Amino acid sequence: MKILVAIKRVIDPGVKVRLKPDGSGAELNGVKMAVNPFCEIAVEQAVQLKEAGIASEVITLAIGDKASQEQLRTTLALGADRAIHLDVEQTLEPLNIAKLLRMVVERETPEIVLLGKQSIDGDNNQTGQMLAGLLGWSQATFASKVEVKERGVEVTRELDTGLQTLSLKLPAVITTDLRLNTPRFASLPNIMKAKQKPLESESVDLSALNIKTHTELLSMQPPAVRQAGVKVGSVDELVSKLTNEAGIF
Amino acid sequence: MSTLVIAELQSGELSDATLKAISAANQLSQQTELLLWGAQVAALADGMSTLPVAKIRIMESASLEHGLAESLAPALVTLAREYSYLLAGASTFAKDLLPRVAALLDVGMLSDVVAFEDDDVFVRPMYAGNAMARVKSHDDIRVLTVRGSAFALPEAATAAPTVEMVAADITALVSQNQLSSFVGEQVTESERPELASAKVVVSGGRGLQSAEQFGLVEQLADHLGAAVGASRAAVDAGFIGNDFQVGQTGKIVAPDLYIALGISGAIQHIAGMKDAKVVVAVNKDPEAPIFDVADYGLVGDLFDVVPQLIEKLPGK
Repeated sequence: MKILVAIKRVIDPGVKVRLKPDGSGAELNGVKMAVNPFCEIAVEQAVQLKEAGIASEVITLAIGDKASQEQLRTTLALGADRAIHLDVEQTLEPLNIAKLLRMVVERETPEIVLLGKQSIDGDNNQTGQMLAGLLGWSQATFASKVEVKERGVEVTRELDTGLQTLSLKLPAVITTDLRLNTPRFASLPNIMKAKQKPLESESVDLSALNIKTHTELLSMQPPAVRQAGVKVGSVDELVSKLTNEAGIF
Repeated sequence: MSTLVIAELQSGELSDATLKAISAANQLSQQTELLLWGAQVAALADGMSTLPVAKIRIMESASLEHGLAESLAPALVTLAREYSYLLAGASTFAKDLLPRVAALLDVGMLSDVVAFEDDDVFVRPMYAGNAMARVKSHDDIRVLTVRGSAFALPEAATAAPTVEMVAADITALVSQNQLSSFVGEQVTESERPELASAKVVVSGGRGLQSAEQFGLVEQLADHLGAAVGASRAAVDAGFIGNDFQVGQTGKIVAPDLYIALGISGAIQHIAGMKDAKVVVAVNKDPEAPIFDVADYGLVGDLFDVVPQLIEKLPGK
């Protein structure tokens, strides 16, 4: 079974996001970047399926400028077999990302496509579901458990109300939630080995792919800043403030 | 311009997220209609005579018992073409379903919308709320989820909505799902409210020191009828499960009251709770960054403060 994992290069989750003064987006210059944490979980899941003898090949895929290759190398160090980079300069919205992913899926014919449930920059939580829709495949979002069975795959999903288990026919799109696994760290020997693994970069002709702008980012502003309040000296003062000032109790 | 709101039921009633989505829809357009779907839902419409929508459309099918995206999407794609907006509360149900519908309609989607600037310009958080983006939609059908914390519950209407069954040929589309099937579910049987929608959240951090002592957080939460949350540090230390994590990669909460106990206030945690109306922080370190976002900060020892809070704050 071949597994394709789509990943995204994002601002490292430990870094405080700063916006450009002109409101055009987040400042990326000189900012530490990383594999989106949910994508890392997706890579880990695919590698675990390979280690369990279920997956035969794990391919990672990133869409973005040349710098995305750095994150693809990371996925190779984590255990992916090979990586595909679609070289696209502009920022694409989820539907267009999904259309590019479909193109690769049709070529590579994986049985499972794993993605993070959302990227921590756009926070859209759309790409996996859109890809499943475009392909006419089954989907399971917010996965906290993935079990490949004789017929299809069983996925436990994290819902607002608890857990739900679905049985999906293959091929399927699965998006990962936090509890699915704990991603490993790349060891130094694996980082060295990753340099020898295949990473192919290809340019994309967006005009040939029915790629148009559906949603346009007009501006990005910092949210209203929370002001620090007061320090209280005792529990009694706190209770009094909450009751009389904040009107909570 | 008209809007179709996709209903979501919880224990046989419209969820808060759906009610707030109706409020949002009424801001957007003159004509709000509600799609009430499920295996057996028609009778529920009788109890919705004061719901401020123009029409309730009922789609009933045994195939809709579990509301799987692959079942609902084809019917929704057909229904959506009658509307300018397709809208739902930002629940796990809608987040699962609507992107699939949008892709099949070949339109973009806007997630977690918190405000409308114009009929085609929407405000939504990005970077876990560290940025508010203004986004313009260029599509004829605008598909969006709205964040419940940004909209009020709707007021009762004086005129009852009309009730109508969805045409049989559209309903028939839902039975075509051969892709996925329901195996089972494990509904969280907690007495406590759900973390993402709770009015009061009590969260604990590394300052609790151990899983046993994390019980103090739960005691205060139970006293207040609150949900329990945790910082990533507390989760990493094994005090509590990951599904309680509040923060950038955990749950985003916006309760009326958020009590942070022994939480230092790392960026990723603050991203998950800074929309709370009132924030209380208790920490022994007076320099902890959590105090920069707290309305009321108390520097002190948790193990001394929390029992006093349980004693002195009125219970639920």
